[in-house]
Amino acid sequence: MDKNDFLELANTDVKKCMKCGKCSARCPSFDEMDIKPHQFVSYLAEGKIDKLLVSKSIWTCLSCLACVERCPRGVAPQSVIEAIRDTVTRKAGANGLSAEDIPPILDDDVPQQLLVAAYRKYNK
Amino acid sequence: MQICYYPGCTLKSKAVDLDIQARKIAEKFGIEMVDIDKWQCCGAEYPTAPNETATKLSAVRALNYAKSHGGKLLTLCSACHNVLKRVNEDMRTNEKTIMKANIYLELNPEYRGETEVIHYLEMLKNIVGFDKIKSMVVKPLNRKVAAYYGCLLLRPSNVMKFDNPENPTILEDLIVALGGTPVKYSHKNECCGAYVSIKSPDLAKKKSQSITDDAKAFGADELITACPLCYYNLKKNCGENLKISYFTALMMEALGIDG
Ligand code: SF4
Ligand code: SF4
Repeated sequence: MDKNDFLELANTDVKKCMKCGKCSARCPSFDEMDIKPHQFVSYLAEGKIDKLLVSKSIWTCLSCLACVERCPRGVAPQSVIEAIRDTVTRKAGANGLSAEDIPPILDDDVPQQLLVAAYRKYNK
Repeated sequence: MQICYYPGCTLKSKAVDLDIQARKIAEKFGIEMVDIDKWQCCGAEYPTAPNETATKLSAVRALNYAKSHGGKLLTLCSACHNVLKRVNEDMRTNEKTIMKANIYLELNPEYRGETEVIHYLEMLKNIVGFDKIKSMVVKPLNRKVAAYYGCLLLRPSNVMKFDNPENPTILEDLIVALGGTPVKYSHKNECCGAYVSIKSPDLAKKKSQSITDDAKAFGADELITACPLCYYNLKKNCGENLKISYFTALMMEALGIDG
């Protein structure tokens, strides 16, 4: 995949970013990210995709869309993170969550919504 | 009046109380929630990649069914609401998705986002009316309640159009109608940790605690939500610090409906 494929997958205009950092300032997972939301946007714009593909942030983004809501330029950092995560998890054997991971964390109250959402985000 | 209703998998199992209570409350106001035929799980998370079409089809099927059954689709689970509303927007505006989904599902006539997706809270506000609800309260709440919105009902606001995305008030207005006092606190739109509670329980715990700590610091006796995943995360991580309830439980109490 080249830069254009990633731009298409992310489906947001990263060139519009003015590097204000509002997205990262609002991100509730900021402390848990090695590469921050605003960097996902600028790294993609600069074609530094290899760095993004090994980032741990794809597993700690909450998809809360706070970054998208706050961006004054209409950019969607969360979509860039999701594009990278999709690319990682679409590779064979690279899922972030396997069926065997589930039973130990199940308790009586785990809602289906949690399992379905986690599977959709971490598995392809 | 009857309205097409999309229950979703969680409300048929772990959050069955939310479903049952919502039906009883609606009945009290003359509204019958009718499950749509052969619904399937919506997937709980809207996929942002433009080449994800198959993952949106169950939502399109439900939306298309509602189109010819009254034209409205009622949701209650915040995740179902988010997915159905966003897929519906795609079916209105994204020609590629419109074409692919209609071909896959062999829809004739085509589905083009005609259905109106409404959340139960929007139904209470716009169809029933908070004044009407207030007039039927038999046991006012008389306590301080924190309204918790989370993410899925509000964002992205350009599609969800649910309320003011930074300072929503629909739940507070409901609390007032039920005779309670809404608590002003800063974390009502923060994320509870969502699905990361499966992979990083500590992160979810931290996020949930920041919400309940804030609500408590501003005097909340109880916190209400409309989302089964928020309910789970908050209750599991902070249930000992603060009472966590579905908003429907408060309505049952104030309206004197038996559980
Ligand atoms: S969607 Fe992800 S990156 Fe954006 S604010 Fe939420 S956690 Fe941070
Ligand atoms: S908020 Fe928008 S414009 Fe500002 S850094 Fe983030 S993506 Fe760029």
